Amino acid sequence: MSEVIKNRYEFVVLFDVENGNPNGDPDAGNMPRIDPESGLGLVTDVCLKRKIRNYVETVKEDAEGFQIYIKEDVPLNRSDREACRSLGIEETEDKKVTEALKKLKKSDPDTDLKLKDYMCGNFYDIRTFGAVMTTFVKASLNCGQVRGPVQIGFARSIDPVISQEVTITRVAITTEKDAENKSTEMGRKSIVPYGLYRAEGYVSANLARKVTGFSEEDLELLWEAIINMFENDHSAARGKMAVRELIVFKHSKELGDCPAYKLFDAVEVKRNEGVEYPRKYQDYTVEIHEEKIPDSVEVKRMV
Amino acid sequence: MGVGVKVRVWGNYALFSRPEMKVERCSYDVMTPSAARGILEAVYWHPGMRWVIDKIHVVNPVRFTSVRRNEVKSKILAGNVLQAYNGKKDPRSLYISTKAEIVQRASLLLRDVEYVIEAHFEMTEEANETDNPGKFKDIIMRRLRRGECFHMPYFGCREFPANFCLCEEGEIRTAYDDVEEKDLGFMLFDMDYSDRNNIQPMFFRAVMKRGVLDLRDCEVIR
Repeated sequence: MSEVIKNRYEFVVLFDVENGNPNGDPDAGNMPRIDPESGLGLVTDVCLKRKIRNYVETVKEDAEGFQIYIKEDVPLNRSDREACRSLGIEETEDKKVTEALKKLKKSDPDTDLKLKDYMCGNFYDIRTFGAVMTTFVKASLNCGQVRGPVQIGFARSIDPVISQEVTITRVAITTEKDAENKSTEMGRKSIVPYGLYRAEGYVSANLARKVTGFSEEDLELLWEAIINMFENDHSAARGKMAVRELIVFKHSKELGDCPAYKLFDAVEVKRNEGVEYPRKYQDYTVEIHEEKIPDSVEVKRMV
Repeated sequence: MGVGVKVRVWGNYALFSRPEMKVERCSYDVMTPSAARGILEAVYWHPGMRWVIDKIHVVNPVRFTSVRRNEVKSKILAGNVLQAYNGKKDPRSLYISTKAEIVQRASLLLRDVEYVIEAHFEMTEEANETDNPGKFKDIIMRRLRRGECFHMPYFGCREFPANFCLCEEGEIRTAYDDVEEKDLGFMLFDMDYSDRNNIQPMFFRAVMKRGVLDLRDCEVIR
């Protein structure tokens, strides 16, 4: 394991979508998320975290220490767990597990810490984003909330996006009965013709050091995952999505050198003059105003 | 009050969940004192001190928006972790599957929020001999001026980061300067952690007067 990170970081991710739906809104029939007042497109933090998890899972293939806690698979483990218990390997009932924990807690007051460290050591996403562990109230065992060092806000588009409904047809009919009456089935999908989105994130070195042990190696993997988060996520709904820019601010200190908003304000994304309807990345210019950034902060454009 | 600070905080979204509506989360109209305390603790905290929130100025008008997300409903079970820890189980079998555990939940968020938090700190018995209010005050002021923090503060949930800076102006203008009084009903004041095994919520009657929630000598109901 490499060393725990020692610097605070902030990062800006610019990604775009072409003829796709970056993040569907379950409240609006899976249309792209749009802020109703400003018309700006939204992509939630959890959506981006999912992509990061998926990338890490693909690359690391459950290697030791890089497992993913929240997976999309079918849970084989539920039955395993039951089997495990019924074989009498460990206590069979929850009640007894609680009792065992209680006993352990008495003999070893650091049980919660050990369990927490164990989970952080095994799962990359817990080490990065944190997790909520149960408070075993009866056993007064409180692993509690593990706050991970990496924090991501909602991504917003630079310009208002419009969502377009595309009606599509299918020649195969689902049921026999329907096949008698019609020869095609209609479906719909919603797309954003083009949208450039901006997400902002934070990495706290203190939480890495004091809570989860998020290391330099983990950080490298995080950047790699962000850069490649859409590369292995192509699907019919997404269209063309790509990360266009990952700008990382590295503070010289654990606590940071300047407020985060000053760094974010220094990254200006402008629509080029004369462009009325942006349809490609080249319609935008990204400028980093270096003069607004303190010298002690290192700026890196990773893409 | 020599150890008081004024901090301006702002952000795009905020979600101060009402405890009575926490499955489909619904935000309070304004920041709760406990959320304000959390923000200050993200900047600086030490066992030798305790933050006390005095006033919350509601600078921007209260506006809501909603977001529905796919969420995971389960938590990590300590018992399962213990089994894996003792080598009785493969850690690979610990993970949870989103297919089985997913739920769609809406959240009612506040948008474009800005507050000024007026607070002070008190020393606790945990303080070392070398600790004194002056030292803490210096550290806090330095951090606020430089934008340093332990971790990025947030408005209720971590996906809603809170920008912060030291508020140096004497008079604070709010969107409710002309509103004599607005009753916000009962709000969460903070959690009572005095008994670690039985953490209890405390409430208060929030009345915003000319955009200011005054928390000094307010009646706290348990």
